[in-house]
Amino acid sequence: MELDFSIEGGDFTQAGQASSRVKKVLKQLGVDAKCIKSIVIALYEAEVNVVAHAYKGQIHIQIDKDKIQTLITDEGPGIPDIAMAMTEGFSTASKKVREMGFGAGMGLPNIKKNTDELKIDSVVGQSTTVSMVNYF
Amino acid sequence: MKVSEIIDQLGLKVIAGEKGLDREISGAYVSDLLSDVMGNAREGQIWITLQVHQNVMAIASLKDLAAVILVKDLEANANTIQHSNEEQIPILSSSLSTFDIAGKLHALLADK
Ligand SMILES: Nc1ncnc2c1ncn2[C@@H]1O[C@H](COP(=O)(O)OP(=O)(O)OP(=O)(O)O)[C@@H](O)[C@H]1O
Ligand SMILES: [Mg+2]
Repeated sequence: MELDFSIEGGDFTQAGQASSRVKKVLKQLGVDAKCIKSIVIALYEAEVNVVAHAYKGQIHIQIDKDKIQTLITDEGPGIPDIAMAMTEGFSTASKKVREMGFGAGMGLPNIKKNTDELKIDSVVGQSTTVSMVNYF
Repeated sequence: MKVSEIIDQLGLKVIAGEKGLDREISGAYVSDLLSDVMGNAREGQIWITLQVHQNVMAIASLKDLAAVILVKDLEANANTIQHSNEEQIPILSSSLSTFDIAGKLHALLADK
């Protein structure tokens, strides 16, 4: 099964819609509740990162019998130092985004903790790609 | 304990999501950082916060929280209220500070 979503940078009203849809689908498929919780955390954080940090993005999800693979590609500023970005507390979020309670620098660490496989690639000034896999 | 049971005892106002008042409470989480709540809150908890925008309800729904308490009489945004009604997760409001309402809720839940 495949699912596709688009994300608009800066549009916080839409943030979480893909995660909400995927949560419902996984529930219907009877995936283990704990596993769904992890996937929802990781997907939400990746979704919000596109909204908060990039211009626009695409989510492509493939659900198989034993796993869910998620690819989030965006057009945006990219991440110059991925290891640094992965550190808890590191954030370049704008003041406006911080006032909303985002920008704690916990999103990428949350993704790391809640996925079985995670790969982040980025071209500075162009794009970021986050690829994650969770086994059921 | 159900959400409806803490309303009188803590002097809360129900702002939205009345249909969710019989949700069962498993505990509470206090934070204004959304990724902290996303990563660490657990199903059935009450979330105490000063954030009033609709992403609060997106998180409450994704995390299956029991209810959200807004502190210091802060008013929820219109789309936050709408989302609360749709998801049937109540928004409650307190005149107290985070410290005071958290203390009271803690005592109430510990009592049970
Ligand atoms: N898609 C992206 N495009 C560009 N930069 C990104 C992207 N995702 C993350 N980053 C960079 O990595 C940093 C850390 O991301 P992380 O999600 O951990 O924290 P945050 O988004 O700043 O805050 P939080 O997730 O706690 O609300 C960001 O502040 C940003 O500099
Ligand atoms: Mg983030």
